[in-house]
Amino acid sequence: MTIRGAALIAGVYEHPRREIPDRTIPQIHAEVALGALADAGLALADVDGYFCAGDAPGFGPLSMAEYLGLHLSHVDSTETGGSSYLVHVAHAAQAIAAGKCRVALITLAGNPRSGGWERGAGFSKAPEAGFETPWGATIYAGYALAATRHMHEFGTTSAQLAEIKVAASVHAQHNRHAFLRDLVTVEQVLDSPLVADPLHRLDCCVITDGGGAIVVVAPEVARDLDRTCVKVLGAGEAPKHTNNGRIDLTHTGALWSGPRAFEEAGVTPADIDYASIYDSFTITVLVSIEDLGFCEKGKGGQFVAEGGLQAPYGRLPFNTDGGGLCNNHPANRGGMTKVVEAVRQLRGEAHPAVQVADCELALAHGTGGSLATRMGSATLVLGREDT
Amino acid sequence: MPRLEPSSTPLSEPFWEATRSKQLLVQRCDECQAVVWYPRDRCPSCLGDQLRWIEASGRGEVHTFNVMRKPGNPMMADLTPYVIALVELEEGHRMATNVVGCEPEEVHCGMAVEVAWDVELTDGRRLPVFRPVG
Repeated sequence: MTIRGAALIAGVYEHPRREIPDRTIPQIHAEVALGALADAGLALADVDGYFCAGDAPGFGPLSMAEYLGLHLSHVDSTETGGSSYLVHVAHAAQAIAAGKCRVALITLAGNPRSGGWERGAGFSKAPEAGFETPWGATIYAGYALAATRHMHEFGTTSAQLAEIKVAASVHAQHNRHAFLRDLVTVEQVLDSPLVADPLHRLDCCVITDGGGAIVVVAPEVARDLDRTCVKVLGAGEAPKHTNNGRIDLTHTGALWSGPRAFEEAGVTPADIDYASIYDSFTITVLVSIEDLGFCEKGKGGQFVAEGGLQAPYGRLPFNTDGGGLCNNHPANRGGMTKVVEAVRQLRGEAHPAVQVADCELALAHGTGGSLATRMGSATLVLGREDT
Repeated sequence: MPRLEPSSTPLSEPFWEATRSKQLLVQRCDECQAVVWYPRDRCPSCLGDQLRWIEASGRGEVHTFNVMRKPGNPMMADLTPYVIALVELEEGHRMATNVVGCEPEEVHCGMAVEVAWDVELTDGRRLPVFRPVG
């Protein structure tokens, strides 16, 4: 079975705020759910499939279904960290193709900016727990480990990583909701304080409250909607782990999730007009671009230089909303906004300054977890409704 | 030196108890001979359940590292800048650790290191860290 063309994204919504101290997390889930359904021209009563990940409080989909008043024939709470929502789109398409639901709602919400954030209690019970944290590592430390090794093996430089932040800032200037809207230069990135060498503060994504939602529907539902929909053409997912203490730090699960998505869609990296690439840190983008096949392994630094990622004319226009690096990384999970901006591009609704002309094929890629330990990679290939 | 103290489980207890006598242990699978890291009760290579604790040489090289300017937890705020590394042991596994005994600027990928036992936890267990050889 293939999901090529089996489902369409009919609605998306990104919460406009980046700091939301006055709402609970379930409230934000509800707001974005209604936003995406309104975008699609559907109502809560139409939803028969619901998808959420670890950011949903309580009993996950059970608590949220109750809170939202949903009556469901299909639920899925696959948790792969920040990439969960790309996996959810794929699983929604699969469920729709199998006849399990017709209107699938995917939501994300969180408030790490105003409410603080800590890993769930489950993390302290993870089998690896005692063998990673006692030495003072944390999320950004892991990404720095991956960056150091990439630099060692391929000669990648901090200035090349900085180009990725610069491109995101070029795009964020045009997004009135972006958390960071100021254009930055390579020098400014390199002059920002080192957080964990070789990563600077400006190599890191923003920490924001917020959320987003996606509505995936069956073709017969899409036909009756006034809204321009986006086709789900292919999907790939791939967990990658430490491989019994032999972790390979210069590759990601994109090495496997990418080809699976391209094959299902029947396209190649060269066909992609726009790419949303998970950007928890600049290094995340660089390694993902290589592993997805947009350039040769180790040549990512050259690929991103000289405006390679800048819309609308770069080699690979990326994250035209400003990405997680400048715009939004709600709930410390960047996968939702990756899908949302890809849909905007395919609908021709990105900001005119960054809209890719004749955008027919887009890729969205997520990297949950950490480059230096275990990650969930997920890739989607999406196409314009008329593709 | 304050640290987040690793909890000991029945599975990991031999590893942590051996640190009291400054021994760095690792498991090896009797069936396929794979070195297993971190402790398990079945080998992730062949699912064999005959895992034997052996003493590692304690020598290896820095596979990768970073310099923590912003502490990973409040207990380590006074230690910045400190080095987190993945050290590849002679036995083949890569373990998270700290590199001590030199300036952070001197650490590099491929640097030869050996285990050091400078970090004693409050209950007498020790945290294996690594320092440059020689």
